[in-house]
Amino acid sequence: MLSRTADNLYWLARYVERAEYLARILDTTLRLTALPLAYVGESNEWESAVATAGCAKPFFAAYAEANEETVTEFLAFSTDNPSSIRNCIETARLNARAVRTALTIEMWDSINSAWLELRKWGNGPPSREEFARFLRWVMGTSLSFDGSAYRTMLRNDAYWFSRLGVYIERADNTARILDVKYHLLLPAQEQVGGPLDYFQWAAILRSVSALTSYHWVYRQNVKPWLVADLLMLRDEMPRSLAHCYENLVQNLDRIAKAYGLQGPAQRHARAVRARLENSKIEEIFQNGLHEFIDDFVEDNNRLGSAVAQQYLL
Amino acid sequence: MFDEMQDSAGAVRPAYAELKDWLGQIPRDVLNYRRREADLLFRRIGITFAVYGDPEAQERLIPFDVIPRIIAAKEWDIVRRGLEQRVKAINAYIKDVYSRREILKANIVPEDLVFQNPVFRPEMNGQKVPHDLYVHVAGIDIVRVDAETFYVLEDNARTPSGVSYMLENREIMLRLFPELFSRYRIAPVENYPDELLATLKSIAPNSAPGEPTIVLLTPGVYNSAYYEHSFLADKLGIELVEGRDLITKSDVVYMRTTEGLKRVDVIYRRIDDDFLDPLVFRPDSALGVPGLMSAYQAGNVTLANAVGTGIADDKAVYSYMPAIVKFYLGEEPILKNVPTWRCREAEHLSYVLDNIEELVVKEVHGSGGYGMLIGPKEDKTTIAAFRAKLKSDPKNFIAQPTLALSTCPTCVEEGIAPRHVDLRPFVLAGRDRIRIVPGGLTRVALKKGSLVVNSSQGGGTKDTWVLDG
Repeated sequence: MLSRTADNLYWLARYVERAEYLARILDTTLRLTALPLAYVGESNEWESAVATAGCAKPFFAAYAEANEETVTEFLAFSTDNPSSIRNCIETARLNARAVRTALTIEMWDSINSAWLELRKWGNGPPSREEFARFLRWVMGTSLSFDGSAYRTMLRNDAYWFSRLGVYIERADNTARILDVKYHLLLPAQEQVGGPLDYFQWAAILRSVSALTSYHWVYRQNVKPWLVADLLMLRDEMPRSLAHCYENLVQNLDRIAKAYGLQGPAQRHARAVRARLENSKIEEIFQNGLHEFIDDFVEDNNRLGSAVAQQYLL
Repeated sequence: MFDEMQDSAGAVRPAYAELKDWLGQIPRDVLNYRRREADLLFRRIGITFAVYGDPEAQERLIPFDVIPRIIAAKEWDIVRRGLEQRVKAINAYIKDVYSRREILKANIVPEDLVFQNPVFRPEMNGQKVPHDLYVHVAGIDIVRVDAETFYVLEDNARTPSGVSYMLENREIMLRLFPELFSRYRIAPVENYPDELLATLKSIAPNSAPGEPTIVLLTPGVYNSAYYEHSFLADKLGIELVEGRDLITKSDVVYMRTTEGLKRVDVIYRRIDDDFLDPLVFRPDSALGVPGLMSAYQAGNVTLANAVGTGIADDKAVYSYMPAIVKFYLGEEPILKNVPTWRCREAEHLSYVLDNIEELVVKEVHGSGGYGMLIGPKEDKTTIAAFRAKLKSDPKNFIAQPTLALSTCPTCVEEGIAPRHVDLRPFVLAGRDRIRIVPGGLTRVALKKGSLVVNSSQGGGTKDTWVLDG
């Protein structure tokens, strides 16, 4: 297939995934800020939301203060922020339009309808209630898009490239949550923060839709190192780093097999997966959680470049 | 004025009898409901077009009228034969102009009309093209003025568009009005993509493998016809490429794929000559492929349509078409030309200036209904301004009588009323033969009394039914 087509499919999937992620962050932040201060401490959750979205720099260039109004506008509706939910959906559709022929009708329908619907939300909803509805709608859009890809696409390179986009983006998102909140997950923190942090931990789990899964996997109350374990190393957790890399390796292998050629992207993905497989959460804590996550984010970016070099340019 | 459904006494013509009967039976609210449904379907499939210079309407729907336009088998037969003849003559003419120039030597077409024409491409002089074919896809605009007479209004021999509407309009009609289809035997148009693919395969360079690689070259998503480009690429099962997807090496064209470079044999290009190759044409073009012309001249790739076909379809050459048909084919033209005054000739110019209130004056290179004057519709100031423009550059204009285009019943605000229509059938010229699917794009002027059917000027479209016997 055309390199540009593969590139569009890859970014289409990434932008849809990113829109969902932003919706999750905003949803979690709304919950946290609705709690009395005594339960969550004095931290500015809106500021943390901007950091987790990875756009603190452009945000503070545009606004003096992070609060509900400014962050909602910037992350959800801004036309200036290239990674706002609005722009993610716009860009996703632009990519979709450029590769109409590589999409199934269901996928096109899903992203095109979302784009049409987006106009109805104007520059922001009038109330918190409406905003919550908007966020649910964004998550629903991502579900419907991903579901139509899963159900209707031929299992060929077009599908595999779109999966690469999903998992590279997802790995990046999960790592970013860990990066911003890592201090809450350090074992020492338990004594310091005590039960105060329960809501923060729950919020982390909720932002990756894993609060219930946590209990099924560990069958005990929420402990920060287990939260880290779940999000990083547990393969059965669909948003964990391990799970993302399992899928990246698989999809890259399918491409390599179809084209009859392994390359740097395949080797790099396998190396990252091996590191995740061979790590124990205790060791990671000993060697520094923050450093581990930093390394991972860089590795993940490197995979993105390797994929681009090998296939998309 | 000629109405295609009924004569001036109100008697229904045979081809329209069933439709008229059906229109009488279907409740108005059902019809309106289906109209809204059609709009929704078009919007959802994303068939939109851009209106240049209108940022609000970057993606606008062309209004679709649910009442089909019907053409009887006998009438279509005339049109079909006329189209074949016309396209054969056009191909012979372009070949001649870029090689022996017999028609110029015979003083049938004036030389300066060719050589001073900005769309004349000296690069094509003496250039051999595969199978001597230049125009592989033509869209010939036809209007009807009475029961027997079809006029050609315009030959589009460069990159005509609109065929996706012909196909989608039919799909939507089949979905919305299956009961109406059961009353008629309508010739299908859905095989157009197959015919197009066969045509493109047939013109591959001799050096190409048995299964040539064909691509469709688009200027990109911002082009007004982008939807059509992606639609056709999809139906043909070929890659939709942009200039940046192609690369030339040693006069061979390749596309960049996820598996490396792949050789390209035929390019169905929907991008104008000017933008094809920045090394030869406009150097500022980011849409084209550097080196493409050189590969083309080396015979390693076929461009459809060929470079330089514009010399056959501008409005000044148009007036010579009957002579061109006679010159190359020795036949009388089956499709008539609208009488045309060439303002480049002093006598014609003075006639046009004296009678401008009754004439349609058009720019020689204008298209899309831009830059034209419809004398009877305009006020004195506009006419005076246009007269001045005309005097300052008469070569750039032609004039024609205001034609009474035929009308067809159309759903409008006030109910069902007659509106003016034209027809763009699509002609495919391949190495083996000429292919024409029975039908085309009917455009309709939705405003009462209006004669401008262009979509950029508020025109709509209709499904076109050619009856099968």
